[in-house]
Amino acid sequence: MIAIVDYGAGNLVSVKKALDWLGHASEITSDPDVISKSHKIVLPGVGHFSSTGVLGRSGAQQAIEERTRNGTPFLGICVGLQWMFEGSEEAPEIAGSGMFQGKCLRFPSTSKLPHVGWNHLTISETSRLFRGIAQSSLVYFTHSYFVPLAESTVACCEYGRSFSAAVEKENLFGVQFHPEKSGDVGLRLLTNFCGL
Amino acid sequence: MKGVQFENLRDAGDPAELARAHSQAGADEIVLLDISATRQGRTTLLATVQRTAKQLFVPFTVGGGVKNLEDAAAVFSAGADKISVNSAALSDPDLITTVAKRFGSQAVVVAIDAKRCRTTSKWQAFTHGGRKETGRDAVEWAREAEERGAGEILLTSMDRDGTGSGFDCELTRMVSDAVRIPVIASGGAGRAEDFIEVFQQGHADAALAASIFHYGLRGMGDLKQTLDNAGIPVRWPC
Repeated sequence: MIAIVDYGAGNLVSVKKALDWLGHASEITSDPDVISKSHKIVLPGVGHFSSTGVLGRSGAQQAIEERTRNGTPFLGICVGLQWMFEGSEEAPEIAGSGMFQGKCLRFPSTSKLPHVGWNHLTISETSRLFRGIAQSSLVYFTHSYFVPLAESTVACCEYGRSFSAAVEKENLFGVQFHPEKSGDVGLRLLTNFCGL
Repeated sequence: MKGVQFENLRDAGDPAELARAHSQAGADEIVLLDISATRQGRTTLLATVQRTAKQLFVPFTVGGGVKNLEDAAAVFSAGADKISVNSAALSDPDLITTVAKRFGSQAVVVAIDAKRCRTTSKWQAFTHGGRKETGRDAVEWAREAEERGAGEILLTSMDRDGTGSGFDCELTRMVSDAVRIPVIASGGAGRAEDFIEVFQQGHADAALAASIFHYGLRGMGDLKQTLDNAGIPVRWPC
């Protein structure tokens, strides 16, 4: 059972229907007990980084950390990816989970914001998440804050500057774009994640 | 990346099937507009949105009759990624902010129907399916919509809509240059060249076409090829 974590940040329906379409059982939940029993965890999210604050307060963060320490595959999407880091300029008072080092930054105001639309990926060949996905594939983004290039970056993108489109380390995965909105490319990525 | 969206017309067949077919043919986004004005129409709409969303994996915008946060929430729950507001936003601009605060600016598209005034040569915004004058300047309203939290502007030229004589590139450029959010051009698409023009001269970020009778389902591929040949970056579905 894949747990899709609900923390009030919308976008759950889209992710669930993509997993339904691909034939993978999933459950939308905010209950730490349900998260603790899941085989995989997906943390979606759109909107403001501050909404992630509820994860710490509800016990969901603890459940996620415990499961991921034990090897449970975890996929953060958009704000979900950003939460995997130490925090974001968007809400400096909220701490991220710190799974990865670094903080999220706002794109320079010289670019039209948010970065919304389809954009190309430069993908690392060793990535498991992107197996079978062609170099320069297009995926759908909608965000104003980004994760700078990091050691864990396996796909990058350009919007005024380079930024991390995806990170990967052992059982931890995160994508800035929306695989559930990225047509066949996105569905392939979700299939890869579900197949781990 | 320039987007091409398809707007579904209810009398052209089952929206859910059409949406899937267009997305498979290469549409980057789908817009579903509910043109019915009845309460009964709303229930049907939500069921249609749900059915359509189930097998659509590109951004899906739903518009028509969204009057308040509750309407918007119901549409999102049914599976839409973005909602489009028009008349309701003009009569109560706070609606934009309310929905944007709850669901994020990226989920709020403000649709503006604009018609050129012969005396002033400026464009005026209209509501209620283009029937009601508002006295608001379309460019100035677009700016206000952005300030209030709109994520995108869906700009329809009433003068060009249905004519197949090309988009109103002057209107599109005025609005696109006035705001920093994406502007989707709509109204007047007749040939592939119209799309080239609205991207290059109109400064549009995306273009919307509604007439499936002009393009058919194979037309999307030809259209994108023509754009590609003109040097406009397009997305090819895998």
